[in-house]
Amino acid sequence: MNVTTWILQVLEVLAAVAAAPLFLGWVNQCRAWLQNRRAPSVLQPYRNIRKLFHKDAVIANNASPLFRLAPYIVFGTMVTAAAIIPSLGTRLPFTRAADAIALVGLLATARVFVSLAAMDIGTAFGTLGARREMMVGFLAEPALLMVIFVASLISATTALPDISERLATQALGLYPSLAFTAVAFTMVLLAENARIPVDNPSTHLELTMIHEALLLEYSARHLALMEWAAALKLFNYACIGFALFVPWGAAMQQTPLALAAAAPALILKLVIAGAGLAFIETISAKLRVFRAPEFLATAFLFAVLGLLVHLLLGA
Amino acid sequence: MTDVFFSPLSLVLAILLAWLTIGVAGLLRPNNLRLTRTLFAIGAACGVALATIAALSLTSPTEQYVLVLGLPDLPFHVRRDALSSVFLFLLGAASAGISIFGAGYFRQGQGTAPGLLCLEYHAFLASMGFVLLADDAYMFMVAWEAMALSSYFLVTTQHRIPEIRNAGFIYLLIAHLGAIAILLSFGLLQGGSWQFTFDAMRSAQLGPGPATFAFLLALIGFGAKAGLVPLHVWLPEAHPAAPSPVSALMSGVMLKTALYGITRVTFDLLAAPVWWWGLVALTIGLFTAVFGVVFAAAQTDMKRLLAYSSIENVGILFTGFGLAIVFKDVGKPMLAAVAFTAMLYHALNHAFMKSLLFLGTGAVLHATGERNLGRLGGLIHRMPWVGWLTLVGALAIASLPPLNGFVSEWLLLQSFLFSHEVPRPFVNMLLPLGAALLALAAALAAYVMVKFYGVIFLGQPRESALAQAHDAGKLERIGLVWLALGCVVLGLFPTFVLARLSSVGEQLGFSGLDLSAAPWWLLVPLSDRETSYAPLIFLGAVTLLVVLTIYGVRRFYHQRVRHGPAWGCGFGEFSSRMQDTAEGFGQPIRHLFQPFFDMKRELPTPFDAEPRYRVVIGDRLWQLIYAPLGKLVQLAANSVAWLQQGRISSYLLYSFVTLIVLLALML
Repeated sequence: MNVTTWILQVLEVLAAVAAAPLFLGWVNQCRAWLQNRRAPSVLQPYRNIRKLFHKDAVIANNASPLFRLAPYIVFGTMVTAAAIIPSLGTRLPFTRAADAIALVGLLATARVFVSLAAMDIGTAFGTLGARREMMVGFLAEPALLMVIFVASLISATTALPDISERLATQALGLYPSLAFTAVAFTMVLLAENARIPVDNPSTHLELTMIHEALLLEYSARHLALMEWAAALKLFNYACIGFALFVPWGAAMQQTPLALAAAAPALILKLVIAGAGLAFIETISAKLRVFRAPEFLATAFLFAVLGLLVHLLLGA
Repeated sequence: MTDVFFSPLSLVLAILLAWLTIGVAGLLRPNNLRLTRTLFAIGAACGVALATIAALSLTSPTEQYVLVLGLPDLPFHVRRDALSSVFLFLLGAASAGISIFGAGYFRQGQGTAPGLLCLEYHAFLASMGFVLLADDAYMFMVAWEAMALSSYFLVTTQHRIPEIRNAGFIYLLIAHLGAIAILLSFGLLQGGSWQFTFDAMRSAQLGPGPATFAFLLALIGFGAKAGLVPLHVWLPEAHPAAPSPVSALMSGVMLKTALYGITRVTFDLLAAPVWWWGLVALTIGLFTAVFGVVFAAAQTDMKRLLAYSSIENVGILFTGFGLAIVFKDVGKPMLAAVAFTAMLYHALNHAFMKSLLFLGTGAVLHATGERNLGRLGGLIHRMPWVGWLTLVGALAIASLPPLNGFVSEWLLLQSFLFSHEVPRPFVNMLLPLGAALLALAAALAAYVMVKFYGVIFLGQPRESALAQAHDAGKLERIGLVWLALGCVVLGLFPTFVLARLSSVGEQLGFSGLDLSAAPWWLLVPLSDRETSYAPLIFLGAVTLLVVLTIYGVRRFYHQRVRHGPAWGCGFGEFSSRMQDTAEGFGQPIRHLFQPFFDMKRELPTPFDAEPRYRVVIGDRLWQLIYAPLGKLVQLAANSVAWLQQGRISSYLLYSFVTLIVLLALML
């Protein structure tokens, strides 16, 4: 039984790593449809990654080993995060290694390494990107922690799988606090994954770019890993959202059958979430970078409001 | 008889004496650098011995001696219990790394001679040890003052520079304000028995009024030493002034003696703290944490930045302290134990990581002669040892898993998570909001550390002179490696550390943490709530995945790499001036937290022939509190200045009148 659960764990992680670019492709496709454009294939992110892997890496003369190591570290942390987040099943063994707070810490580690790597070459855009990324991060991280806090208060634990199980199994009730935090979480998700209105993933506009500025010096396989990690990050955030707000459908046994049965529910949630994400991105305008802190401060306030509402109403 | 000689307490005393002896030995040949270096190395060995003894004696029974020293009828009492042992361990372990670094660091300069420095340094170490052992108010104050004075002389090593003399004076002033408050607090604690031993204070029955006053005075006194807002002003002045090993010692270890003091007074001498005291400490602590980190983000001097980061960490420590009081008084012993151990854990962590960072800046300072972040950059190429080891400290203090800063942060957040169970209206709603501030401070700390590390070690050198920078010497490397190892070990084996810290809590009336339910690699602080964290598994998984990814990429794809100049975005000239400066990196924080700062900007107009941009960041509290206070003192001094006539006859008259008045009072 022990061996099977670990095999299942590995399979779940591999599935997440493999499916992440597809999810990104789906979001892009929905976005194109909503904006009346012809969509690229949903497989386009895979093609991009494959193309990048085959290119020759160009590295600046003054790059330090940190620069070359960072993509691997970032990719590794994102895969670890995928193992911690209960996407398919809540009873997989690795989910115990870290609770939700540690998960936030793990995501912060990835962010710090991306930013440090961006500062390594010493170009104007790299440091600019690092500064903006950290600016977004220092507001988004406490907001995310508060979101998790509210969910933890409701379920009396900080372990993500337990939160998910408890919210899924208790009688269907109205949680006004969760409504507030869901709004906060969505805002954090948009900001952390460099989506509109905080950043636009499809431009290299120097005045506003964050994510692209960070990766400007990367090429070939390093860029491929960074892009793949970014796709995985979006996937991970979506799965955190599912675990907190729509926990139904995840497997609560560690049998292969239960996990296989949970897959359609997850796919359905991802399809809807991707479309929703594209919808939000289509109806909102890109904010000036100066306005991004206000956007995130609002998210933080929403999360704190959720906490207060929970403490006041006990729900 | 042998028991007395080889008991942990006597061994600790022997080491403190050894430190004093080393210090005096330095005076034999004050200008002999080789002798001083050897002495520092021996001092480091003493530190290791102290840490070992303290760690082994953590669970052994409390010991008490009366030393036949001191004034007649006022002998020195010493006592070693678990709380002392933890802080002695901190002192020994952190100072070992700092001393061995110092052995390679101190050289002949324009300031104090190396031999004298050796005396001041080791007297500082020994006095901190005596503070931790003191068992009566008299000895405590003597050691406390010795600590303040020796560190004052260390801060003013470069005493020929006026700014440094100024910084030293501010430090001395606030240290003494604090000492007065502590003295008054002890005066209240003796409770009318006029016995100033800590034993008498433990048994004294204080009413709620005196107890509260004693606590508040102790909070002010120890808060001044620790750097709680608004008594923090000496930290950003003294730390840049002091030589780096001294900054490391002051920030890493001396601030913790203040934490020891307040813990001793509150949980041992007062025994039954009231919940709202905790609320006071918690509020000040949280404000200090956010204040410190916001200011750290705006600094351009690397040691000032670290000083503000220390203020932040002191805030976090006092937050844990306050939380422990609240939980203890409202009858949540398990949660109180978690908050208390989190505080101790963070004290240990901060000792290692902050010392590491200060020593890193020391190495940079030696290699480049620059403290200004605007003139550094790209040093990871020239100084790989310092660069990579400092990275460990920076990641740890940014509280990133799996390093040590994260563990204490995690424990503190866990205890905040249950703060809604406090059975007091309003308090149970406001307390969880503290977690939001704590999370904000932690996230900002990551911002600060990316700035600190990125600007100093990454990017391109901002000055051509940096190309000549040399890496740290062998002894300095040993010191850095020692402290970095401390950060890693404390991060990876939290269950071992917590089991020992929990026994400290038990001696002070907290309940013990039950860690036995979970396997040793899994940290489960509260056995009835399912929260767990396994740093080893964590690190293992990330490392495995990184290795697998590297292997996979190598296996399936070619490894062709071309090196070329960085892309200048189409601009012809690509220079290091295009990088973000430290001011630039702090800009979003200055913008967001504008009300915190007292900012003076000099902006160029479009028509300036030589445009200049300058921004000076000041502390509003300085204008709000200290400047008026200084004026007041000046006014008072001026109004009594007419007494100073400069004639010996009038001074004789003053003494005569004083004598008469005193006699009249006595009779």
